[in-house]
Amino acid sequence: MFKNLTIGQHYPVDSPVHELDPRVKIIMTFIFIISLFVIDSFFPYLFVIAFLGIAITTSKVPVKFVLKGLRPILMIIAFTFIINLLMTPGRIIFELGFIKITEEGLKQAGFMAIRLTLLIMGTSLLTLTTSPIILTDGIESLLNPYKRFGLPAHELAMMMTIALRFIPTLMEETEKIMKAQKSRGADFESGNIINRAKNLVPLLVPLFISAFRRADELAMAMEARCYRGGENRTRMRQLKINSRDYVASLIFVVYLAAIIITKIW
Amino acid sequence: MSIKAENIKYIYSEGTPFRTVALDDVNVEIKEGDFVGIIGHTGSGKSTFIQMLNGLELPTEGKIIVDGTVVGEDKKKLRAIRQMVGLVFQYPEYQLFEETVAKDVAFGPMNLNLPQAEIDKRVKESLELVGFNYDKIKDASPFDMSGGQKRRVAIAGVLAMKPNYLILDEPTAGLDPAGRNEIFAQIKKLHDKSGVTVVLVSHSMEDIAKIANRVIVLYKGKIHMQGTPKEIYSNAEELKKIGLGIPQIAEIANELRKKGFHIKSDVITVEEAKVEILKELRRRKNV
Repeated sequence: MFKNLTIGQHYPVDSPVHELDPRVKIIMTFIFIISLFVIDSFFPYLFVIAFLGIAITTSKVPVKFVLKGLRPILMIIAFTFIINLLMTPGRIIFELGFIKITEEGLKQAGFMAIRLTLLIMGTSLLTLTTSPIILTDGIESLLNPYKRFGLPAHELAMMMTIALRFIPTLMEETEKIMKAQKSRGADFESGNIINRAKNLVPLLVPLFISAFRRADELAMAMEARCYRGGENRTRMRQLKINSRDYVASLIFVVYLAAIIITKIW
Repeated sequence: MSIKAENIKYIYSEGTPFRTVALDDVNVEIKEGDFVGIIGHTGSGKSTFIQMLNGLELPTEGKIIVDGTVVGEDKKKLRAIRQMVGLVFQYPEYQLFEETVAKDVAFGPMNLNLPQAEIDKRVKESLELVGFNYDKIKDASPFDMSGGQKRRVAIAGVLAMKPNYLILDEPTAGLDPAGRNEIFAQIKKLHDKSGVTVVLVSHSMEDIAKIANRVIVLYKGKIHMQGTPKEIYSNAEELKKIGLGIPQIAEIANELRKKGFHIKSDVITVEEAKVEILKELRRRKNV
């Protein structure tokens, strides 16, 4: 059942956005986030929405999926909205008891809500259109220049890849152990918090042991195939920048220019 | 008293592109005292089926009835059903978690809220049932033991619940021949002496032939054949068609028969074959 589980939220279809070089996508996302916080009036957000709209349409990912990424942080958005609304000093436009809403507060709160929403949508688009493995490849390649300063780029990426690879395995294992303990009358669903935490011991101990055992076996299997870290290692999937990436970058530069021009005005 | 499966259907991931029918129209009755062997390929629905017998999975359609109680109808009765129907998973040693063997075996009875004296008694009994010397083993850490020993501890952990039905999923997977024979001997002893009904899932035709009195062949989620081992294995062609075999010794007996030796057609164990071959040799000598 877990074999079909998609890790993270990668949405596997063929689209120009999916095929972009992961490095280009990561850098674009990074600058995109910065651009969101540079903007300080409502008008330029139209550019952001337009850009995001184009990106989502070309990615062939249903908007529903992109919006789904918002659900877990809806609370955070609401919370920052309310805090900003109530805590910003300025010209009071509404007052009820100790609640004071200011014009500046309303503005600030609106900005924060829009920024967070767009931020999540933008970053979701990155993970939706890039498989975790390719994403780590991109991160490794981007971190490579820092090797000179002692940053273990390859090792970090390998660790991430392995961790991602084992998420479904460990989930399967969890389910199996849970069922085995349930067969012995264990109860994971009822009781108060303390009891529930206690009831997790029969699940967590075997899970940790098996995780360590797997790690051991994997290390052995990798060594048996002469794995020695990143030095002189070639890769099966070479990252290459091609015309598609230039086109995407160009569109992105136009977007940035639009933002900057409205900012200077 | 029996476990009845009525028109069981099980569908994974209904309503998604991954929808699979794991079991379809399965009707089985496991009577008290039976020793049932279930064979089938990976993906034939064996594991899903046995997990239904103690309510870990509920059928999409149809009912499982354990001693008159419909499984899953009343969630409060699930624990009682899991006590009655003991399920030993594949590689059960991976479920061990306590510091000592005795504590681990006590986990099941403790969940049943039994008095301490009863728990201790059961722990001792079940450890001895799987061939341990209780006083020697009780304070050992399960993690210092060998694979076969760990597995016996895990089986004892299920036996301590005193189930009327014992279901084992590939209990000998990954064990050496000595460990395998030991586990099978103990299961057989348990069935014969304590009258526990046993359901055994196995790949090994030999093992099933040796100890089961009824065999169920699952193929692509459906019951393909059902009957005594002799009935099932005399149908070698049919079994081969679905990619399963018959015990090696039955194969040898068949080949000998083709070469003109007079050997019964329902030989399925080495012991029977020996008797038959000697009989035939003596007959030939006398001719």
